[in-house]
Amino acid sequence: MIPLSWYLALSAVLFTIGVVGVIIQRNVIVLFMCVELMLNAVNLTLVAFSRFLGDMTGQLFVFIVMAVAAAEAAVGLAIIISLFRNRETLNIDEADLLKL
Amino acid sequence: METIHLLFLAIAALAVVSAFNIILQRNPIYSAIGLIIVLCCLAGLFLTLYAQFIAAIQIIVYAGAIMVLFVFVIMLLNVREEESRTDRQKYLKFLAAPLFLALLAEVAVVIRFVNMPAPAIEDPNTAIDPSQSLGTVESIAHVMFTDFVLPFEATSVLILMAIVGAMYLARRDSGEGAERIEQALATDAAQPPVAVHEDSGH
Repeated sequence: MIPLSWYLALSAVLFTIGVVGVIIQRNVIVLFMCVELMLNAVNLTLVAFSRFLGDMTGQLFVFIVMAVAAAEAAVGLAIIISLFRNRETLNIDEADLLKL
Repeated sequence: METIHLLFLAIAALAVVSAFNIILQRNPIYSAIGLIIVLCCLAGLFLTLYAQFIAAIQIIVYAGAIMVLFVFVIMLLNVREEESRTDRQKYLKFLAAPLFLALLAEVAVVIRFVNMPAPAIEDPNTAIDPSQSLGTVESIAHVMFTDFVLPFEATSVLILMAIVGAMYLARRDSGEGAERIEQALATDAAQPPVAVHEDSGH
């Protein structure tokens, strides 16, 4: 039987990599993928606790997180497309219209 | 060290390497491939946690639908190799390394102190009542349609809003489309008299 701490550790490492990616990457599509990676790290935690508590609620939360991620991907990629259409770039530093 | 531990370590190592691949690649399409591998690895780990339905959904929805959307957008925008990375945020890289180390330290603490025995679970393949077993479609549907009906319905509204929002955001500039329709209507309105005139000529 795999201990719970292994799953939590893997999940934390994946989440950390996602955070680091958001910090160092400038490409808006890759930034978006890092957000998906963080969502998946949290999903792993939820499923692991669901197993170790013997409760289905965690898996249901994962289901809802996936639905939210799908909605987020659809809207986010639409925003990226319109950003690219207006600015001709995918660099997040170029999108500074609201900056003073 | 049993076989399942080795399996976990192999999958976890592949997942971590692919995750690093996501953030270190320059070409977004390789990042997308890395993310797809991570998603498949996590689906495999879900199987070891008695979450068969979630594992299947992970492959179908995440690796299938969402990642296809990503790859489609990358292809559509025809992203070049990231031209001359203008590093205006250079200091962020120095922030990233300490952050990474701090979070790894947290992981070490978690490994040391968290320990929880797993409750015994009826094997879903031989269970008499599948809804009592963890991770089956029956049990997840039971929770979804009794205790969590309201969040489930809210999710459907959310997805509807996402569809409308995505279509609104991704359309071509509306002014041009409306003008074209108006022009077409105007020419349509202008044409019939000519046609009628020709007809009357016969």
